[in-house]
Amino acid sequence: MLLLTCPYCGVSADETELSPGGEAHLKRFGPGSSDEDFEGYLFMRHNQKGVHFERWRHTYGCGKWFLAARCTATLEVFGTYSAQTPEHPKEIIAKIQAKRSDWSLT
Amino acid sequence: MSDLSTLTPYVSVSELPLQGMITLRADLSQKTVATAVKAITGLAMPAPRAILEKGAYGIAWMSHDEVMILCPYAECAAHVATLDKKLAKLHHLALDMSDARAVFEITAPTAGALRDCLAKLMPTDFHPDSLGVGELRRSRVAQAAAAVWLTDPKTAQLFAFRSVKQYVHDLLRVSGAKGGEVGYF
Amino acid sequence: MSHRLPQGGRLIDKARTVAFEFNGQKMRGLAGDTLASALLAEDQMLVGRSFKYHRPRGIVASGAEEPNALVGLGRDARFEPNQRVTTTELFEGLEAQSQNHWPSLENDIGVVNNYLARFLPAGFYYKTFIHPRPFWKHVFEPIIRQSAGLGKAPKDRDADRYEHFYANVDLLIIGGGIAGLQAALDAGKQGKRVLLVEQTAHWGGRAPVDGIELGGKSADEWITATLAALGKMKNVTLRTRTMGAGVYDHGYALAYERVTDHAPSVDAPRHRLWRIRAARIITATGAIERPLSFAGNDIPGVMLASALRDYLVNYGVAAGKRIVIATNNDDGYRSALVAKEAGLEVAAVIDPRPDATGDLIEAARSAGIAIKQGIAIAEAQGGKRVTGVKICAQDSDGSTGEVIACDAVGMSGGWSPVVHLWSHCGGKLIWDEAQACFRPDPARPPLSHDGEGFVFVAGAADGHSTAAASLKSAQAAVAAATGQAVKSRLPKVVEPELGALAPIWIMPARAPIQKRAKMWLDFQNDVKVSDVQLAAREGYESVEHTKRYTTLGMATDQGKLSNINGLAVLADALQAQIPAVGTTTFRPPYTPISMGAIAGEARGAVFQPLRRTPIFDWHVEHGADFEPVGQWRRPYCYPRAGEDRHAAVTREINATRGSLGLLDASTLGKIIVKGPDAGRFMDMLYTNMMSTLKPGRCRYGLMCNENGFLMDDGVVARLDEETFLVHTTTGGADHIHAHMEDWLQCEWWDFKVYTANVTERWAQVAVVGPNARKLLEKLGSDTDLSAEALPFMAWTDAKIGGFEARVFRISFSGELSFEIAVPASQGLDFWKSLIEAGAEWNITPYGTEGLHVMRAEKGFIMIGDETDGTVIPQDLGLDWAISKKKEDYLGKRAQARSFMDNPDRWKLVGLEALDGGVLPDGAYVIRAGKNANGQNNVQGRVTSTYYSPTLKRGIAMALIHNGPDRMGEVVNLTDGKGGQIKARICSTIFFDPEGEKQNV
Repeated sequence: MLLLTCPYCGVSADETELSPGGEAHLKRFGPGSSDEDFEGYLFMRHNQKGVHFERWRHTYGCGKWFLAARCTATLEVFGTYSAQTPEHPKEIIAKIQAKRSDWSLT
Repeated sequence: MSDLSTLTPYVSVSELPLQGMITLRADLSQKTVATAVKAITGLAMPAPRAILEKGAYGIAWMSHDEVMILCPYAECAAHVATLDKKLAKLHHLALDMSDARAVFEITAPTAGALRDCLAKLMPTDFHPDSLGVGELRRSRVAQAAAAVWLTDPKTAQLFAFRSVKQYVHDLLRVSGAKGGEVGYF
Repeated sequence: MSHRLPQGGRLIDKARTVAFEFNGQKMRGLAGDTLASALLAEDQMLVGRSFKYHRPRGIVASGAEEPNALVGLGRDARFEPNQRVTTTELFEGLEAQSQNHWPSLENDIGVVNNYLARFLPAGFYYKTFIHPRPFWKHVFEPIIRQSAGLGKAPKDRDADRYEHFYANVDLLIIGGGIAGLQAALDAGKQGKRVLLVEQTAHWGGRAPVDGIELGGKSADEWITATLAALGKMKNVTLRTRTMGAGVYDHGYALAYERVTDHAPSVDAPRHRLWRIRAARIITATGAIERPLSFAGNDIPGVMLASALRDYLVNYGVAAGKRIVIATNNDDGYRSALVAKEAGLEVAAVIDPRPDATGDLIEAARSAGIAIKQGIAIAEAQGGKRVTGVKICAQDSDGSTGEVIACDAVGMSGGWSPVVHLWSHCGGKLIWDEAQACFRPDPARPPLSHDGEGFVFVAGAADGHSTAAASLKSAQAAVAAATGQAVKSRLPKVVEPELGALAPIWIMPARAPIQKRAKMWLDFQNDVKVSDVQLAAREGYESVEHTKRYTTLGMATDQGKLSNINGLAVLADALQAQIPAVGTTTFRPPYTPISMGAIAGEARGAVFQPLRRTPIFDWHVEHGADFEPVGQWRRPYCYPRAGEDRHAAVTREINATRGSLGLLDASTLGKIIVKGPDAGRFMDMLYTNMMSTLKPGRCRYGLMCNENGFLMDDGVVARLDEETFLVHTTTGGADHIHAHMEDWLQCEWWDFKVYTANVTERWAQVAVVGPNARKLLEKLGSDTDLSAEALPFMAWTDAKIGGFEARVFRISFSGELSFEIAVPASQGLDFWKSLIEAGAEWNITPYGTEGLHVMRAEKGFIMIGDETDGTVIPQDLGLDWAISKKKEDYLGKRAQARSFMDNPDRWKLVGLEALDGGVLPDGAYVIRAGKNANGQNNVQGRVTSTYYSPTLKRGIAMALIHNGPDRMGEVVNLTDGKGGQIKARICSTIFFDPEGEKQNV
C-alpha cells in the first residue's frame, strides 16, 4: 500500500486514491514513424528492478496526473513531480545518485 | 449490514437542498480570474485545498486550475454568464454543475464523533492538525468519490455524485450508527 | 485433575459466576475467565482432536499461540469455527463445540488413524494418492475433502456488523506489555501522535505474572500508574482487544479490534479493522515459550510451563494437583515456584542441564522442590490425560529410568521472540546463539518510502529476557523511531538473574526412532520429529519445501510453537547450522482475522455503490426489471402482469416502432471539451474529422486507443466555436474523461483545452417513434422542432413543456428520435410529463434490451458487443468514419501496422439462421478441419444475436473471415450443444436500409 505525495495538492495520498499509469517519459511516435520506433513506443518498457519513473493519477483527489521515481524493489520514493516535465528531473537524479552511487539513467 | 432500519444514529445525516455549484477551470494566477470570482462571491482566491465562505457564497480550491464556486442555486446561470463575459479573453471553462452532485450535512454531538464517523469511510487523515475547519479534502468515501470539509468542529459537508447519493447516505448512516462510536478523535 | 483454587487469580472476579456450555454440557466459570481457564477450572482438559491422527488434544498455551484448543463458537448466524479458547473471553451464555471428531470428543472413530500412524508418514498424500489416475477425481479427492479442514464453515448469513477505521499516527506501538507501555510513555512525552494496541483485554503482558517489581511497586501497580499517566496524554490512544495483524509497505498496518466478542449482547460492530498509516512502528510483541520435544509431549496435561503459571496467577486455576516441570532454562523454575506457592505438589523439576545454577534454581531448591539436573523426560505416559513421566539421563537413549507420577507437566524449551510483524514487510532476522532464537536484525529493517527503516523492536520481541533490558530497549526504540533523544528515568527493576539456556531440541539426546515418532513438533498438524527427519532424508533441504511436505507450521497456528523446534531438528538432520536453514516466511495476519472485518461496512445495501439515474424511482414504481450496466442499474424492460421478459421486450419495440417509445438515456456519458484548441484536440481523439463540425450540428464519431483498437463511440455536438459536447457510451464516461485528461496533461499540455465530465448534471430522455414530434409539440416548445428547422443530426436549446432543455436529433433506433437533456433535478418531472402527455399515442417506456434489439435491426454497433479490445473500426465496416485527410489521430499509426491492414481479418456482417431462429450468443463460425488440439477450426464468431420483433425472426451480427466478400454464403455455426446450425451471411442492416424512418 503505497503512499505518494501529489505534487499539485500536496496531499500524501493512499494508493487506493491513485491510479497507476505505467512508465513515464515515453516519447510518442505517430504516423510516419518506423516500425522499430513505433514498436518501442507502444510495447517496449524498462520493467526495472530498481528506480522506475512512472505515471500516477490522483484519481480520487484533484484528478491530475503526476510522475514519480520509485524503486520497484525497496519501494523507496525519490520524489514526485508534475506530469508536464519532459525530462527526468536533475534534482531527483541527484537524489538517487546520492544514495546509490552506481545508479544511472537507462 | 443488510437492514439499515435497525440502526439508531449518533451522528445525524441529511441531504441539503440543491446547492448552486459552478466549476471554473482557468489559470488561477490570473488577476482577471480572481477579480471575476470576487465579484460573485466577495471572496479571494483560496489557497490550495482551502474552502472559503461568506454568507450564501463560497469558493473551494479543487486543483491548481480549478475552483468550485458556491452560490444560491437560482443564481447559477447568471453567474456562469458573467464569468464567460468577464473571462472572454482568457481560456477558461465555467459550468453550472449544481445538478451533478448531492450535498450532505453531517452533524455530530462532539467534534471527535464527527471525525470518527468520517474516518471509518475515508482514508483521509482527519486529525485536526492535518484537516482543520475550512479545508476541503477530495478523496473517496468507501467506494465512491467524495469531497468533505468541516464547516465547524461538529459539522461537515460532504459532496458526492448524484447517482450514488443513496449509497453515500446509507454509508454515513451505517458509520454514524450507535454502538459504532470509536472514541479515537 | 485441573481445578480452581480458593486463592489467587488477579484477573477474575470470584463474586460473579458466568454460565456457559461446552459440547452441550452446562458449565460455570467466573467473570474475567477466558474460555480456556473456565474449561480447566471444570477439569475439561480434553478439548479437541488433532488434524491427522485424531489424537486427544488438551490446552497447551494461554494465549494467541494455542494450537490445539480450537472450538466452534456460537450457533446459526453467529457461528464461527476455529476459535482459540485461550483468546476467547468468557461471557454469559457462551456456547462452544469441540472440533475434528466423530461421533464425539471422547469416542472418536478417526483415532484409527493414530494406530495407522506408521503408514501415514510425512508426504503420505503425495506418495499415495497418485495411482491409478482416474481414482483421483472420483475416489481420493472426495475422501480427502471430507476429512480435510478443522472447523465447519458457517452456513447462515452473518448477523453481525463490522467496520473499518482509518488512523494516521506518528508512532504505532504493537503490544501493551511493559515495553510497549514504556515506549508509549516516552513517545507521548515527545508529543508524538501515538497509538498503542494490545491484543488481550489486559495491559502489562507477562510482568505481573512473573512477579517483577518496578520502581518499588508491584508490576500491577506500576502498570496502573503508567496507564494513568498515558490517559492524561491527549496525543496517545490506548486500545485493548486490538491485535496488530499485519505490517505492510510505507507504514501501512492493520489492527484487528474485537469490539464485542466478549460482550455479544451489546449492539455495536463486532470487529473493527484499523487501517493505520504510521510514520514509524514499534513492535513490542513479546515472546512465546517453546515446547520441548519428548515422547508423548502431546498428551493432554502436558502444557507450556508459562501457561501453567498464567492459569495459576491470572485465573486461580491449577492444571493439575501434582506437577512436573521440564525446562532447559531458568524461567521454567518460575513456574515451579508459582505452583509450589499455590499449594500444588511439585514432584520435580527436570532440567537437562547438568550443572545449571542461578537465583531461581536456588529459590526452588530452598522451597524444597526436587531438582533433577542432567535429566530428561524419556516419555510422558497416559492417554486422554498424562499420568506420569518416565525420566532418564539427557545423554542416553531413554530406555531405562524411573516413573514420576503426575497429572500435569509444564515444559519450557526457551523463548522465541514474536518477530512476525517485523518480518511481514521484509525485516530480516539474525540467529541469537546464546538464547537459541531468531530475533530482528536492526541492520536490515523493513524500509519505508523514505528509504529508512520504519519498524523498531522493543522488549522480549527483541530477544530481551529481563524486564530491565526490555524497558531500556523500549526507550532506545522510541529514540531511534522518532529521531529524538529520550530522557525519562526508568524504574528500578527487582528481578532474578537468569542463567544460560541449553539448546536442547530433543530429549533424551539419543532417543531411538520409536520415541522420535512420538515427539510432537506441531500439535495441530501432527508433525513429529521423525517426520521432519524423514523429509530431510528424502532430500528436502529448503525449509519452505519441508513445511509444505510435512505440513509443519501450517493452518491456523502458522508455526508459532513449532517453528524453531522444527528448524532445529531439520538443521540437525541436514547437519547444517540453524541460521543456514533459515525460517519460513511470516505472512499477515498474525493470527486469523474474521472475513467480516476484512469486508468492513461493505455488505447489504452498501456492498458497492449502485448508481441510480434521476428517473430511477419511477422505474422501480413501474415494475422495471433491472440489469447492471457497470455500477448503474438500468431497466432491462418493464414487464406487465403475466408478461415474461421476451413478451415485454417485444411489446416495447412494437410500440416504439409503431407509435412512441421512451428511454431513460441519462447514463450516457457527457463530457465538455472547451478551448481555443478544442477542435485540434477532438481531431486527435476521434478517427474522423470533428473540427469541421458546425455549431448546432452533431456527428457520430469513433475513438481508438493508441493501439488502434476501437474503445468508444458516440455522437459529438458542437455547442459553439470553442466548445464540444462529447457523448460516450454508458460505461465509457469516466474512463474516456480520464483518457482525455491523460493526453492533455501528459502529452499535449500545450493545447489550450479544458474538459469536464458533466454526465450526472443532466437527465437525458430519448423520445422515439413516428409520433415523437407530435408529443413534443403537444407539450409545447418555444423552438421550432420541425424537420426543416431541426433536421436529423442537429441540436438546439429549447424550452419544452416549461423545461429548459437541449434537444438532439439523433437516433440509435432508426426511428424519428429526439434525445432531450434537462437538468438532473428536473429529470423525473420531465419524464412524468412526457408519459402523461404521450398517453394518447400509447407511449411505452422501453429498456436496454429494446434499445439493443432496435440498434441491431439497424446494424449499429455496440461497444463491448462488436468490440472486445482487439477490433479496429475497419473490421466493422466503419472506414467511412476514418479520416484520410488527417495527418494524425490516436491509433492512426497502429492501424498502419502490417497485420492491422491485412485483408485477412475477421469483418462484420449480418447473419440469418436458415430456420429463422435466434443464433446462440458467441457461437463460432466453423471452418473445415481440426486444429492441433482436435478442435474445430473457426473462421468467425457471433457478436450480437436477438429475436427481432419487427422482422419476426432471429437476426445476428458476426465477425467473419473476409465476411463482406461472402454475401449470401451459408456457413455452419456451433449450437453450444455439440451440434451445428446453418446461417446465411447478409447485410448488417436488417431494417429500413435507406433510413427513411429517422429522416422525417
